Amino acid sequence: MSTAVVTVNRGLFGGLNLRKKTLLIIGSTSLLLLAIVVSSVFLGEEPLQTNFGSKNLAPSLEHPFGTDWMGRDMFIRTLEGLGLSILVGGLASTISTLLTVILGLLSSAGKTADSFVSWLVDLFLSIPHLLLIVLISIGIGGGAAGVITGVALTHWPSLTRVVRAETKQLKTQEYIHISRNLGRSKWWIATRHILPHLVPQILLGTILMFPHAILHEASVTFLGFGLSPHEPAIGIILSESMRYLSAGYWWLAFFPGLSLLIVVLAFDMIGENLGKLINPKIAHE
Amino acid sequence: MHLKGENISFEYKKNDPVLKDVNISLRSGEVLGLIGDSGSGKSTLCKILAGYEIKYQGKVTMDGNEIPSKGYNPVQLVFQHPEKAVNPKWRMKDILNEGHLVSQDILEAFGIKNNWLNRWPNELSGGELQRFALARALSPKTRYLIADEITTMVDAITQAQIWNIVLNIVEELNIGVLVVSHDRNLISRLCHDTIYLKDINNV
Ligand SMILES: Nc1ncnc2c1ncn2[C@@H]1O[C@H](COP(=O)(O)OP(=O)(O)O)[C@@H](O)[C@H]1O
Ligand SMILES: [Mg+2]
Repeated sequence: MSTAVVTVNRGLFGGLNLRKKTLLIIGSTSLLLLAIVVSSVFLGEEPLQTNFGSKNLAPSLEHPFGTDWMGRDMFIRTLEGLGLSILVGGLASTISTLLTVILGLLSSAGKTADSFVSWLVDLFLSIPHLLLIVLISIGIGGGAAGVITGVALTHWPSLTRVVRAETKQLKTQEYIHISRNLGRSKWWIATRHILPHLVPQILLGTILMFPHAILHEASVTFLGFGLSPHEPAIGIILSESMRYLSAGYWWLAFFPGLSLLIVVLAFDMIGENLGKLINPKIAHE
Repeated sequence: MHLKGENISFEYKKNDPVLKDVNISLRSGEVLGLIGDSGSGKSTLCKILAGYEIKYQGKVTMDGNEIPSKGYNPVQLVFQHPEKAVNPKWRMKDILNEGHLVSQDILEAFGIKNNWLNRWPNELSGGELQRFALARALSPKTRYLIADEITTMVDAITQAQIWNIVLNIVEELNIGVLVVSHDRNLISRLCHDTIYLKDINNV
């Protein structure tokens, strides 16, 4: 981590503008996402008002995203849904990353362990994500725990594959051989030499995992296998809205869907720009 | 007290031998030269002797016993490119003391300055890095030092300095040294004896 900081500092001498721009994009996008989470947490404290006097209103200044069939403000519902999605996605991605780190270290520690990890990666990659998430979620009994476990258990394989490849390359380095010759154990080498090199990639991988996790959570919930209908989730909002689409209440699905898309793109943008910052080539110099 | 390689044969690719039936013997305290053209397999032999390469045929022994693959290896190998021998994300003091706490005497002998210890590897020159690599390899538990072109990348003055220090230390610790080089003058200046590695593909 400290090297990454050093690299950033050193990089400031050259390419100041580009770096500043990248940091600015990352900063402002993160701020937007943080604002969504924070406001949704505060909004969640008081139950959403139902007001049957103002149901199914089209978007207006008072209700920018319109209102639903119970007269609830769709802007607030969307905000709460997004906050929940980000939290669920974040938790799932974090657990997934933890799995990646454990399996990555395991695979660097020995040949048998590596074959096992490789087999596990292939196994999980051969089953369609969505199907696996649904199965795991049902198996655990649905709800937030089911969805988080499902998403967490399905998103580690591709990052683990990257980590494995990187580890393999690192292990051919002379200083790794030297470390072994100096009497250091495989585990010691894995945690002191290999893991620190992987931190930037793992960090980046986690952030790029976010949008996948969020979209998967939303689609599983939309299909009815995820978060419970009482939760203010985007997937719930979208599936409920489907019933009202034919009535011409387009805003019920449009704004929540669009917002979800924007959040997903925002995460992608952060990941992409962070990738420019932690370019491994620069970090190794 | 001998480090011995007997009938060593090796190939990276099938049916493309790099070494064939090579015999080599290094005594404690001996400074032995190994000369050979580029590509003749000198580095490969070094890696086999120091246990980096294990898929060889033949036998490597120290005092008649196989060298254990775990724990500190009494046969230490130092490479031509010190920048590859250090983790770029570690500070020099961590690199230096990875195997054992290097003594103040050795640091002084190599002229390693205290303010170098807090630097990163890319803030030192090749010659300075090589001093760290050597200091790290010359622990009290080291019996043999395999020096694979360790001064090829530095200027003549630095080369002379480094070899002076190394020869002093190995004499004191009774360490056997294999000096690998394609530079005949250097070898004849440093070594008691010299062996030649012929490129088997040119025979
Ligand atoms: N990792 C490797 N994979 C395949 N071939 C190699 C590898 N390392 C060295 N060689 C080949 O083995 C031969 C001997 O190489 P090397 O031991 O480095 O020779 P030297 O140190 O005498 O120059 C060369 O032909 C080289 O191309
Ligand atoms: Mg060589």
